[in-house]
Amino acid sequence: MQLITQVTGTGIPLLLDDIDTDRIIPARFLRCVTFDGLGEHSFEDDRQQDRSHPFDDSRFKGAAVLVAGRNFGCGSSREHAPQALMRWGIKTIIGESFAEIFFGNCTTLGVPCVCASRGDLEKLTAAINADPKISISVDLNSLQAKAGSLTVPISIPDGARLALTTGKWDFLGQLLEGADAVQAAAKTLPYMTGFKA
Amino acid sequence: MTDRRNLFNKVWDLHSVRSIASGQTQLFIGLHLIHEVTSPQAFSILRDRNLTVMFPERTLATVDHIVPTDNQLRPFADGLAEEMMSAIEKNCRDFGVRLFDLKDIRQGVVHIVGPEQGLTQPGMTIACGDSHTSTHGAFGSIAFGIGTSQVADVLATQTLALSRPKVRRIEVTGKLRPGVFAKDVILHIIRKLGVQGGVGYAYEYAGEVFDRMTIEERMTVCNMSIEGGARCGYVNPDQTTVDYIKGRPFAPQGADFDRAAAWWLSLASPADAEFDDRVTFNGSEIEPTVTWGINPAQSVGVSERLPKLSTLTADDQKGTGDAFAYMGLNEDQPIQGVKIDVAFIGSCTNGRISDLREAAAIAKGRKVAAGVKALVVPGSQLVRQQAMDEGLDKIFEAAGFEWREAGCSMCLAMNPDKLKGREVCASSSNRNFKGRQGSPTGRTLLMSPAMVAAAAINGCVSDVRSML
Repeated sequence: MQLITQVTGTGIPLLLDDIDTDRIIPARFLRCVTFDGLGEHSFEDDRQQDRSHPFDDSRFKGAAVLVAGRNFGCGSSREHAPQALMRWGIKTIIGESFAEIFFGNCTTLGVPCVCASRGDLEKLTAAINADPKISISVDLNSLQAKAGSLTVPISIPDGARLALTTGKWDFLGQLLEGADAVQAAAKTLPYMTGFKA
Repeated sequence: MTDRRNLFNKVWDLHSVRSIASGQTQLFIGLHLIHEVTSPQAFSILRDRNLTVMFPERTLATVDHIVPTDNQLRPFADGLAEEMMSAIEKNCRDFGVRLFDLKDIRQGVVHIVGPEQGLTQPGMTIACGDSHTSTHGAFGSIAFGIGTSQVADVLATQTLALSRPKVRRIEVTGKLRPGVFAKDVILHIIRKLGVQGGVGYAYEYAGEVFDRMTIEERMTVCNMSIEGGARCGYVNPDQTTVDYIKGRPFAPQGADFDRAAAWWLSLASPADAEFDDRVTFNGSEIEPTVTWGINPAQSVGVSERLPKLSTLTADDQKGTGDAFAYMGLNEDQPIQGVKIDVAFIGSCTNGRISDLREAAAIAKGRKVAAGVKALVVPGSQLVRQQAMDEGLDKIFEAAGFEWREAGCSMCLAMNPDKLKGREVCASSSNRNFKGRQGSPTGRTLLMSPAMVAAAAINGCVSDVRSML
C-alpha cells in the first residue's frame, strides 16, 4: 500500500462541534450497494439550509484539507460518511477530536484524522479564509501542520500513524496473514467448541 | 496473586490472536451480525479479492433498516430498497451466510434478534456494521459497531485490527423512582458525561440500579453507549443474564448450558477490579428525561427548564443557540408543554416487549390527541407476535396508535416512515440529530416509551408520573 506521510492541498474550514455522520451523508443516500456517487451529496441537507455552506463556496473548491471541530463524525458507524468526504476530495481532516468509529473508518481508507488545539484550528481557519489558495500540509512524521508561515503541532494515535506512514493501512491484508493463528485461537474459546466438557 | 482484571480486559485478552505490525491487536470476533445497509460493499470487497467467509456459521444476517413497516410486499415500491434486499439475499446465498428474511418469523431489528435467539452470550466479542451494536453488552459481551471495510475484515478473517480502549466504571446507586426507566438512566448519564465523554473508553455499568434491571432494560442503556461517545458498554453477567438465555434457540443445552453459565459468571469484574476511571450517580435523583436539542446530551429532567445561555461557556452558547434555533425553542422555557406532531415507539433502543408493555400501560383507556400521528413499531416479528398474544395491539389501536410490522422505521430515514417538514416527534429512539428522522428540518425529542405514550395522549411533552 501507499505510504502516507504527508498530505498537502488547499483547505476548507468547518469549525463546528459534534458534526454527526447523518449530517455528513443523510441516510436516504445510504440506499445503495456501492459507494459511487456519494461525494456530491456530502452535507446535502446542511447545504440546502445554508446557501453559504463552505462545501458550496467556490473559494474552497478542490480543497483536500478539512478543518473540523470537536467530536467530528459522531453517531452512526456508516462508512458512507468518510467515503462521501473522500469522494468529494478530502484527503485529510484536522479536528479538535474525532468519534472513534469514524476515525477508524477514515484510517482504513487512508484518510488521516489528526488533532490540533482549538486555538490552532481557529488560526488555520483564519489563514484559509484570508487566502483560500494557501497550501496546507499535514506531516505525520514531524507531527506538524503548516499553512504559509503558520506551523501548528498535531497529534494522532501511534497505531494509526504507524499504519499510515508504513503503508499498512490495508488491515485486511495484515489480518489475512494471521489466518493460522486465528484458527488456533478459535479452538481455545469455550463457545467455539460448544462448551463441551 | 488474584486476577483483578475487569470483564472487558478478560474478554479482550481471551480473544487476542496476535499483535500486527502497526501495533493493533488482531481480535477474534465471536459473533458477527450483518444487515442490508452496511454489508453490500463488504461482499464486493470479498469478490474483488477472491476471498471467502472464514467462519460462515459465526455470521447472521437480517433485514431491518430499509424494511417498510406497512406494506411489505415484494418488490418494494422503492426500487433502491428492493435492490438492497436482492443484494443481501444473493450475498448470503453465495457466501453461505444464514439470513432471517421477511418471510422468517425470526426477522427483526438486528440488535433485537441476536439476544432474542440466544446468539448474544456473555464473554463473546460481537461486531456489526451498526453503531448500536453496543446493545449486546447488556449480556457481558464486548460488542461494538464497525464500518463496512471492517465488515469485510470480519467476513474474511473473523477478526478486526483494534487498539484496546480504557475502561470507565459507571456506578448508579440507589433505586429508580416510579416512572423513571432505563432510557432515563442512559439519557441522564449522557447529559452528565457529554456526547464525547466516552471517546477512548468502554463503559462498565454497575451498581444497585443495574443489578436490579432486567436484561431488556440493560440493553436500552448499553444501546446508547455510543451516544455518549463510548464505542461499547456492558453490564457484568449475573443470574438475570443466565436465566434470560436459558432455553433460547441458539443457547447451549443441558450440561453444556451449565458449563456455559459457570464460565459466563466467572468473567464478571471482581469486587476489587481495576478501572481507568470511575464515576458514580445517584439513581434516586434521576427524573424522566427529555432531549430538547440536536445531540443526545442536550436534555433536561421533565420538570426542568431549558438552559439559560448566560450560564454557559462561549463555545457551548454557540452550540446551544444553534440547537434552540433549529428546534424552535427558547432558553429558560419549560420542556413540559412543548407540542408534538408525531409519536414513535420502537427502535433497537426501545422496541422490545417490555417497552411496548410500559407504553401500553399509559395508552390503555386513553386516546391519542387530535392531530398527532402515533405509531408503534415492534422490534422484531417475535416481539410483535408476543405483544398481540398479550392484546397490546388492541390497546394501542383503541387509543389511536398505528400498529406496524417489525423494522427500524422512524428511528432513521431509510424506509417510508419519515417526518414531514418541521414536524416535532416524541421518539423512543436514540438520536435527535438534525434531519435524523427523514425530514431535513424535522425535530426529535428523545424520551422513554412511556413518556412517548404520555406525549401522544396529551399532544405535548408531559410528565408520565402523573399518568401512572
